[in-house]
Amino acid sequence: MQSDALNISINDITKKYDDFFALKDVSLEIKSGEFLTLLGPSGSGKTTLLMVLAGFTRPDYGSVKFGEEEVVLKPPHLRDIGMVFQNYALFPHMNVEQNIGYPQKLRGKSKSEIKESVSEALSIVKLDGLGHRGVSELSGGQKQRVALARAIVFKPQILLMDEPLSALDKKLREEMQIELRQLHDSLTMTTVYVTHDQKEALTMSDRIAVINDGELKQLGSPNEIYTNPSNAFIADFIGESSLLPTKVIDNKAYLGQSELLVNKSLTRDGEFLLVIRPEKLFIAGGKEKDSNIFSGVIEESIFQGESQLVVIKLDPDNFGDQLLRMRLPNGTSVGPNVPKVGEEISVGLRMTDSFLVE
Amino acid sequence: MALVEENLNETILKKLDRKEKYTLFGLTLPYLLLIFFLIIIPVGWLFYMSFIGRDGSLSLDNYMRMWKSKAYMRIFITTFKISFLTTLICALLGYPLTYFMSQLSNRWANICMIGVLIPFWTSLLVRTYAWLVLLQRKGLINNLGMDLGIISEPIKFVHNTSGTLIGMAHIMLPFLILPLYANMRAIDKDCLKAAANLGASPTRAFWTVFFPLSIPGLLAGLLIVFVICLGFYVTPAVLGGGKVIMAAMKISANIELYFSWGAASALGVVLLTVTMIILYIASKLVSIDQVGAGK
Repeated sequence: MQSDALNISINDITKKYDDFFALKDVSLEIKSGEFLTLLGPSGSGKTTLLMVLAGFTRPDYGSVKFGEEEVVLKPPHLRDIGMVFQNYALFPHMNVEQNIGYPQKLRGKSKSEIKESVSEALSIVKLDGLGHRGVSELSGGQKQRVALARAIVFKPQILLMDEPLSALDKKLREEMQIELRQLHDSLTMTTVYVTHDQKEALTMSDRIAVINDGELKQLGSPNEIYTNPSNAFIADFIGESSLLPTKVIDNKAYLGQSELLVNKSLTRDGEFLLVIRPEKLFIAGGKEKDSNIFSGVIEESIFQGESQLVVIKLDPDNFGDQLLRMRLPNGTSVGPNVPKVGEEISVGLRMTDSFLVE
Repeated sequence: MALVEENLNETILKKLDRKEKYTLFGLTLPYLLLIFFLIIIPVGWLFYMSFIGRDGSLSLDNYMRMWKSKAYMRIFITTFKISFLTTLICALLGYPLTYFMSQLSNRWANICMIGVLIPFWTSLLVRTYAWLVLLQRKGLINNLGMDLGIISEPIKFVHNTSGTLIGMAHIMLPFLILPLYANMRAIDKDCLKAAANLGASPTRAFWTVFFPLSIPGLLAGLLIVFVICLGFYVTPAVLGGGKVIMAAMKISANIELYFSWGAASALGVVLLTVTMIILYIASKLVSIDQVGAGK
């Protein structure tokens, strides 16, 4: 079904501003019909990479291919790709219909064709009947939808989105995430999506490319990135985690004085970080098989709606001076015996959930 | 104390509100007085004077004379012609320059803006006489042209319409550039990127997106230039060499030469009325705040 969407090959793209590398040898294969997210903190280079794809930023070096065609030298207006801008960039002097019809008009479509495609695009984004509204009369969410309709009305094979939901409130944003993903699935497009919101990236993407300091740090499915981050930056950036400094001596890992069970056999000594996802911790009864047990004193216990956040100060004699965050789902495990500040507690982490990063 | 608690501070809160209003009114008072004494009263007096005939009685003489006299008609035509041409020249020179400035980085745009503002801050009289020095029969430009052999005899630049237009366009240019620049700077650059992304060539993007979005600033600039030109005195007087008579010069002549306050007042009233009509029409086309703030 998605066979005719274009794939994108990015090869060794490098962009320097004076001494600062905005992008450093970035290579990335984006598959036909894929929803790929460029994820990174602000200033990481993710937007620069998107601008290179759109043609607004000329790289110093490297190649970008849409399908078989090299496009690095092609000006933006000949690239024939849709783009949704962060602040929508709707034309304020045109109404909704004229905004959406603009790319069709440029393509020399007849009036009736334009009308038809505009009303089709409007119904795709669920704005039927709003064609005559002025842009300033629209709410943020509606502007977002118009921008989207304008980007897909000419049926581009590639759609770029630059943090399109960042200006919306949380609830609307979460609705739009699912809607955008459904839209991607129903149209034949390769989508490249830029965001700094890791949860958004996890929700929407087929694959996530984590970018930081102008470099591609990790590429993988949301599940791979979450469960198997390749370094401390990604472990910290994606999802919630406690990172505890761990020493590896003679292929054995130690947190403070205590030996740790980890999910992979260790081959190298040195300093590592133990990544602990707060939701993977459980309250330990006694000794649990194949689990690490941490004991300590509860420092904070905060009700956060769907979960109870418990911050534990680990026993300094055994584990060193460390804080651990644990999340208990607000179901059976919380309730009358909610963990209270000052209580001693033992928590477990399964060996399969215990992994080290550099 | 008990009373205040009873109505939950209502009285005292109302008092504070009132006090705030009076303070704000107090701040505008000096300006209101200024307007009253320096504008309302003189204009009222002007209006009254325009209905006083030569014999000192109330009459429409001043207006009748203006209506019948061909000389007055010619002055009005000249005034409008010069104002219109100056505005046109300013638009043709100013729009591309402002566009260029709006595309520069902040730093270079500021440097260019200083280039626009320095002449703007220089005395009008100084600039007008500077043009006289440059353009006159034995001025810099004619001498240079003759020395280089480009021209065989001096070109008549000043003491005519072309001299007046050159000088006025130069003086008026910043009035067009300032509101237009503010407008162009405020145009969302992403809109142009969006246009390009959607398939518009740079030329197409300019005419379909940038230009329409710059029209409010352009209209504001044109309006300011045109209205100021209508009442211009110094530059046409110096560079026109008595051959270009605009309304303001006639008003001055009426008073200085003929002591005819009535005729001068009538001319002033007509000029004021015409300006008000133009401003009214313009305010229907473009929001009037844009004339001042440029946005």
